[in-house]
Amino acid sequence: MSSRSESRRVKAAKIRALMESEGDAVRANTEGFNQGRYESVARLEDYEGLKDEARAIKEEAIERLPELIDAVRETIEARGGTVYIAEDAADANRYIAELCAEQETETVVKSKSMTTEEIDVNDHLAEQGVNAVETDLGEWVLQVADEAPSHLVAPALHKSKEGIAELFNGVFDPDESLETAQELTAFARDRLGEEIADADVGMTGANFITADSGTLALVTSEGNARKCVAATDTHVAVAGVEKIVPSVEDLQPFVELIGRSGTGQDLTSYVSLLTPPVESPVVDHASPEEPIDSESADDREFHLVLIDNGRMAMREDPELKETLYCIRCSACANTCANFQHVGGHAFGGETYTGGIATGWEAGVHGQESAAEFNDLCTGCSRCVEACPVKIDIPWINTVVRDRINRGDDGEFDWLVEGLTPDADPGGVSLQKRLFGNFETLARLGSATAPVSNWLAGLGPTREAMERLFGVDSRRELPAFRRETLVDWFEKRGGVATSEKRAQRGKSGEVESTREVVLYPDLYTNHVLVDRGKAAVRTLEALGVPVRIPEIPSSGRAPLSQGMIATAREKAEAVADALAPHLIEERDVVIIEPSDLAMFRGEYEKLLPERTADAISAGSYELLEYVYGLLEEGVDAGVLSGPRGDGDVAYHSHCQQRTMGLEAHTVAVLDRAGYDVTTSEAECCGMAGSFGYKSQYYELAVDIGEELSGQLEGSGRVLTSGTSCTEQLGSLGDEPVHPIELLAPGRPAGGDDGS
Amino acid sequence: MHADQTAEAEGGSAIERFCERSREVGVPVARVSREEATDVIGELADPPVVATPLPWEGIDSPEDATTEPTPDDLERATTGVTPAVGAVADYGSVLLRSDRAGSEPTSLFVDRHIAVLDAADVVPDMGTALADHGDAFREESASIVVATGPSATADMGELVVGAHGPRGVDVVLIDDDADVGETIDGGSDE
Repeated sequence: MSSRSESRRVKAAKIRALMESEGDAVRANTEGFNQGRYESVARLEDYEGLKDEARAIKEEAIERLPELIDAVRETIEARGGTVYIAEDAADANRYIAELCAEQETETVVKSKSMTTEEIDVNDHLAEQGVNAVETDLGEWVLQVADEAPSHLVAPALHKSKEGIAELFNGVFDPDESLETAQELTAFARDRLGEEIADADVGMTGANFITADSGTLALVTSEGNARKCVAATDTHVAVAGVEKIVPSVEDLQPFVELIGRSGTGQDLTSYVSLLTPPVESPVVDHASPEEPIDSESADDREFHLVLIDNGRMAMREDPELKETLYCIRCSACANTCANFQHVGGHAFGGETYTGGIATGWEAGVHGQESAAEFNDLCTGCSRCVEACPVKIDIPWINTVVRDRINRGDDGEFDWLVEGLTPDADPGGVSLQKRLFGNFETLARLGSATAPVSNWLAGLGPTREAMERLFGVDSRRELPAFRRETLVDWFEKRGGVATSEKRAQRGKSGEVESTREVVLYPDLYTNHVLVDRGKAAVRTLEALGVPVRIPEIPSSGRAPLSQGMIATAREKAEAVADALAPHLIEERDVVIIEPSDLAMFRGEYEKLLPERTADAISAGSYELLEYVYGLLEEGVDAGVLSGPRGDGDVAYHSHCQQRTMGLEAHTVAVLDRAGYDVTTSEAECCGMAGSFGYKSQYYELAVDIGEELSGQLEGSGRVLTSGTSCTEQLGSLGDEPVHPIELLAPGRPAGGDDGS
Repeated sequence: MHADQTAEAEGGSAIERFCERSREVGVPVARVSREEATDVIGELADPPVVATPLPWEGIDSPEDATTEPTPDDLERATTGVTPAVGAVADYGSVLLRSDRAGSEPTSLFVDRHIAVLDAADVVPDMGTALADHGDAFREESASIVVATGPSATADMGELVVGAHGPRGVDVVLIDDDADVGETIDGGSDE
């Protein structure tokens, strides 16, 4: 136990140090890439169609992979090239080292390749006396600094210009001290130009390989990959087996998406489509005064080293398989609030960084490597729409978290047994177990409020909570309400009362037979009860009767801790509770966006298909539903408009935005007369339990402060999600849910935009 | 499926769009008639010049260009002149095909690359470009670089144009429909 709390302290310290040393550069660069992505994909006529196309090609390619590997081998061998399938890193390294020995080469010049990072080929070649020189400027900076990449595409993005200048001036002691980016680039180009001139072997990766023509696609900007091939007579390309696509024509969606998704460039400077051995003479710097011999094109040697290293097993793993569709564009990292603030040195494993790294690390290096950083994925889902091949990255993170939980030994189960009636095994940490069983806590909390709140707030309690569960004592705990929303509603007269009120609310012209089941999510029911009451009043005023049955929690809490079995039990219970209402064709309205995201998203994976479909189709986010009613002609006049200037600053919930539901809230506010400013931040940083955890508290606050800065001065702050409310409330004025502003009969003096 | 404005990517408008996009990515286009082409290339090419043969009758690289360069010639050259086998209007990209004459190194090791392009080879979008050259990859083992703008890097803390490859690129677009007298630096759209 103390070891757990100690390791949380170590992790917090590591994150703090990285935020301090690398945070500014990482944030500026990733946020720039992310903004560039939004702008670049907006210029596409059919972005979604292009992603669908890319996804379909990858699905087909991975399905047919063994056959495509054979086709690539045949095509390349027919041209005199060699294809070697390396079972693992050691196998690949041995082959490459032997090749270098045969060529008697002392220097190998490399272009950027994450796959060669994965197998650590540089270290292996160094042991054999071969100097592998990175010629991508970012990779070279890291080679000089002896650091690991912090990003899939821009490996040295954690370093500032000043930091690189200091490094170069210190290591190389140039005649004139280097300062500007131009000077640094010119210096690096000259030095690397000499290395390229000296080398006999050029090593590249491959972004894609076409099975029909044996063509490698290399997506670059600097021109070093082109030079590494042009100036050497032996080309070794190292790539994962998953890089194969069936045909040259299949490259189209990827070529159009990869730069846009990654760094926000429509296209990078060079997309080299090399069909080796390339028909280009060798620029042989060993004979600098001899005219380049066009016949030397015939002397070119080509070796494709296709790496398995766990990939074929990933292909057989239904949950990890999707990882193989990844084109390593870095969109999932750039769009991730946690990554933006801490970078790949925290949010990454042995080789790979960002959200998708969990899948790669678990597949190629093993679960332990993924376990190091996997909790940094909060499941906010912003990466899902950014991914050009539509990988459900949060789900991969959840699955791997579940497997990690199952891999450990149980700790002190007896201690929380009563509090944690979950279905998951003993390996789940106390911290995860506590947050995963939030429903039990909430029930207990309301039942014993205000004593529970008073007790929880006491110093000794907070100390114990921090020590045992890693609940950061600086974080304010939710205050449970004695009267839950369900109790309030029953006391008020339940459905019968609601029907009467709705009858009064019906507008003359519109004949509506709609009935709503308002889902009493845990937070609305136990903590943020006011937003639930406001929802009831609004729906009734719009002519729709409401009922609020006891329905269990959605399973979001355990799922976010990787406790999939428990989440599934919850999902099944929700499905049972909702079934009679869905049969009666009642509309299920949800206030908490993270729960709606379960109903529309993860339930597909937890429930039988038809059950999940029925729940998804019958569920609506509250303001989405209100918007729908207004569209049907219901009078918007009953909504409360602004009393002051009407300025409001709205932060939609991350998952709500991924579901495409930010716009509905904005539209309803707009119709009611408010002037809405929306936030740019991808996520509030709180993400359910994340911001409570002592190892992540400071990171969460760092992210929250960026968001609250964006909203400052734009009016009354509104949020849809519980987490956003807690986070922003802890950093400034307590925000309210939009429905609390819009609800009819808002108490006089209730403030709004002013 | 393609980048925006594809709908109007028919005939002449693909060429207009290529010119516009090319300039946006930092590559000026000189839109010239067949008769003017040789002179315009000569005006643009700062010596020393290396060049590979241009496949169009009556269009040539400057007379003083080195056509069988040594590695040192390549490294010393200011300008490299090569043909482009096509262009993608949506992106302002030129397609540079590797050949035995050395078009790949000639376009790469120099400070400034001049790509000579026939207007007939401009296609509207990436899909068409790949489809048009698909058989060349399969049957002729073609290697083609889709080049968009000069080489660049952001790895040194900010964007720098001119990394390992050329820091400047020009396109000389041979277009029989081009108005006589239209030359360097502008092309028809300015």
